[in-house]
Amino acid sequence: MNNHGHEWLTEHGDYLYRFALSRLRDPHLAEDVVQETMLAAIKNPSFEAQSSARTWLTGILKHKIIDVMRRHMREIPASELMVEADASMDDFFDESGHWAEQPLAWDIPHQALEQKQFLQILQQCLSRLPTALATIFSMRDIDEMENEEICKALNITTTNAWVMLYRARMGLRKCIELNW
Amino acid sequence: MLSCKQSSQLVSKSLDRPLTWRERFAVRLHLLICVYCRRYASQLRWIRKQLAALQKDTLAQTDVTLSIEAKERIARQMASIKPDSQP
Repeated sequence: MNNHGHEWLTEHGDYLYRFALSRLRDPHLAEDVVQETMLAAIKNPSFEAQSSARTWLTGILKHKIIDVMRRHMREIPASELMVEADASMDDFFDESGHWAEQPLAWDIPHQALEQKQFLQILQQCLSRLPTALATIFSMRDIDEMENEEICKALNITTTNAWVMLYRARMGLRKCIELNW
Repeated sequence: MLSCKQSSQLVSKSLDRPLTWRERFAVRLHLLICVYCRRYASQLRWIRKQLAALQKDTLAQTDVTLSIEAKERIARQMASIKPDSQP
């Protein structure tokens, strides 16, 4: 084994696992992509000293996660992906396009404890989103990938991406409102 | 005049790409008169801001780790291949 391999696994394995788990939400899948990442890392040690090993490894991991998600997207029935922006939004709006339930004002957390509770709710609500929605949403709003990049990576159209992001945000917002 | 539904779609879109001036104008006009859509818009921005904090917390959860078995398995796999050999 490449000398770095063991060091990388010890130092960054758990971190990479947490990252993978937060995206794939399945411990086995998460272990698998960490393994693939470590193997890819020692096979092609193109690691450059100017970036940290963790950043470099996380970069590889992100690609591995996208590979898994692309496969996952292929398995999702087209009916679930190819939707009008209107579809499944019926719960949110009435026929005339008014809010079925008007958004409430939220108490913005000011104290550390409240902030912690808010993050817990955010976490729970994210985990309740369908995986495909949560993933594309994470790629966009956490990783800050551009839409074009996301569409290319997941092999979906811009309209699909846009609809999925919209649904994710609507669902997440509603879930937070019900629980906060 | 936009409906709340259309406005909510454009607000979400505005987080993904710049709106055209026509879209921007229409949304602004709607938000001016609709408190619910104003709330919606600021809540989406708030959520986006909180996600960074959540990500930081998640990655710092030291109690979430690879299992010992998984670590051993990965170490074995790594030991079984030579550097520069292609899969």
